[in-house]
Order: sequence, then structure tokens, then C-alpha cells
Amino acid sequence: MSSLGLSGGVSESTAGDWLALLKPRVVVLVVFTGWAGLLAAPGHLHPVLAFTAVLCIAVGAGACGAINMWYDRDIDAVMRRTARRPIPSGRIGAGEALGFGIALAAASVLLMWLATNVVAALILAISIGFYVVIYTMWLKRRTPQNIVIGGAAGAFPPLIGWAAVTGGIDWLPVLMFAIVFMWTPPHFWALSLWTHGDYEKAGVPMLPVSAGARSTRWHIMVYTLLLVPVTVAPWALGMSSRIYGVPAALAGAWFIWDAWRVLRDQQDSAGVSLTKDAPAKKLFRYSLYHLAILFTAFIVDAFVG
Amino acid sequence: MVETFPTPLTPEEAAVLIRRRRGRNIAMLAALLCLSLLFYAIAMVKMSKTGVMP
Repeated sequence: MSSLGLSGGVSESTAGDWLALLKPRVVVLVVFTGWAGLLAAPGHLHPVLAFTAVLCIAVGAGACGAINMWYDRDIDAVMRRTARRPIPSGRIGAGEALGFGIALAAASVLLMWLATNVVAALILAISIGFYVVIYTMWLKRRTPQNIVIGGAAGAFPPLIGWAAVTGGIDWLPVLMFAIVFMWTPPHFWALSLWTHGDYEKAGVPMLPVSAGARSTRWHIMVYTLLLVPVTVAPWALGMSSRIYGVPAALAGAWFIWDAWRVLRDQQDSAGVSLTKDAPAKKLFRYSLYHLAILFTAFIVDAFVG
Repeated sequence: MVETFPTPLTPEEAAVLIRRRRGRNIAMLAALLCLSLLFYAIAMVKMSKTGVMP
């Protein structure tokens, strides 16, 4: 391995390479929704234990990233977006990454149990297993609906945060789970509209690869129309006040408008964009803000509402 | 069968190698120290809750 330009064939990873295995950008999102679940829950958790609970959520998500990179190292090597990751570029061995991931996963679950309770630890373990086995190993390479079901894996953190405080589950965290679950498909399908070449090369049946761009645009629109009622459900069902409900409704209307723009983008007969997917890129960026708005509103509502 | 040996590192490459290894070791030390502090803090909180400490 001479990926580092060392003539002696020695490959030395940096601390940054090990950090990259944890997919830090995904972890940020997971930590945020986990915090929201924790802060919105009734009751009090000592700040040290709350910090530990969120740390465990972050480390568990990072462990999923490391195991995912171990399993997907073959397709990562052929996709431009992922070819420079530590395993395909030879800076970290596949076995090392797997061991690192398993150790972090086990440590995060045990520490969660030690610091909070068995329910939170159990949900964390289920979420790790779901992401690794159900999404990465089973669905991702087999079905264009991979993102739809796999989205559940990223939806667990609010449940875990809630359970860390209360030791149980209630309807509000279930709705938080449903929001992230329904939000994931339009978010990733928007991304896949302009990155589908990579997925095609790697043989991953993302929707634009298997069903085409036009069908993907319709899927984004339909899932957005399903998402928005779910986002306002906590307000409609009286679980949160207008402090959450009004921003959620406005942010949802904006999401629908952006999805409509993706559907009506200038395109050829196959539905391929003639504008370099500018509306899809806008929707992808906005969807991140959308989730941030919703979960910030949950937190504010819990303290003020 | 001809045995092959790795090409020796140049001084610049050896320096890069040492720097990366040191960086990893420092990161590992920092992680272990933080973990020790965290376990200490968790133990204090848990003991104060169960009445072991005033």
C-alpha cells in the first residue's frame, strides 16, 4: 500500500482517518435529534448522564458508519464520492475498521446501560443492528426501497434520548421517529438525482437507477405530501403547542414548494434535469434546515410551551 | 524464489510516519483520559443518587 506516497510500502493512518470512519457529518444530525428527544422528555436527567447518553448515541452512530464502510468497501472504491475513504484508499485495513466499529458499538450500548437505563440501551442496540444488518447488509444492494425502510435506522435517536430520561416510550417520541423516517426518502432521493451515476457504477439500485429520474421526482413529491401531515401531527394531536406547530406548518409548506419545483424542473423525455438538478440540490439543502427547524421547535416548545 | 524486501524509507517519509504515529498516540491518550474522567463523573453522580455520598 503506497497510498501515502511512502516508497517503503508502509501505510500509516492518521487520527483523522479513524475519525472519518465514524462519518462525523451523519453523527452531527443524529446527535441533534437525540438531544431533542432528551430535552423534550418530561423529567430530569443529571447533566453528566445526559451528556453520556448523547455521547453514546454519537458513538453508536459512528460505529454504524465504521461497520458500513467495512461492508461497503468494494462499492466505495468505485464511487467517486467515496473512493478517498480510509479503507478503499488503503490507509486503514478492512479488519481494523470492523474491529473498531464492533468495539465502539458494544461500548456505546454498555455505557448507555450503565449511565441511564436498559430501555435506552436496548433501543440503541436495536438501532445499530437495524442499520448494519437490515439496511447495509440486506436492503441497500437489493431494493430501490432501501432508503424507505433503511430510514428507520436514522430515526431512532429521539426515541433513545426520550427513553434515557423516562425509561420508557410515549407517543411524542414515536412521532419524532416517524418524522425522521418520512423525511429520509425525499432527502436522499433528492441527492441521488444528481449522484445516480456513482450508484449505477457501483450496482446500488437507488431509485433513479432502477426507476428513472421522472419516477424519482414523483416519489419525492408523494413522500413530501405524506411527510408534512406527520410533522404537524404533534400539534394537531395536542402533544405540543403552536410554538412547535406554526414553524412546522410553515417549514412543511416550504418543503412542498421545493418538492414541486423538483417535479416541475426542466427535463428531457426521461426526466433528466436540464438545469444540472438545481431544484433537487436546493431541496436537499433545505431538507437539512427543515429537520433542524422541526427539532429546534420541539426543544423550544418543551421549555416554553 | 526471490525474497523481496520493502524499500527503505527516505528521511522525509520516516518523518511523516513518525508524525502520524505520534498524532494517533496523542489522540488515543486524549480519548482515554476523557473516558476516565467520564467514568469518574458517572460514578460520582450514581453514588450521590443512591445515597452512598452525602
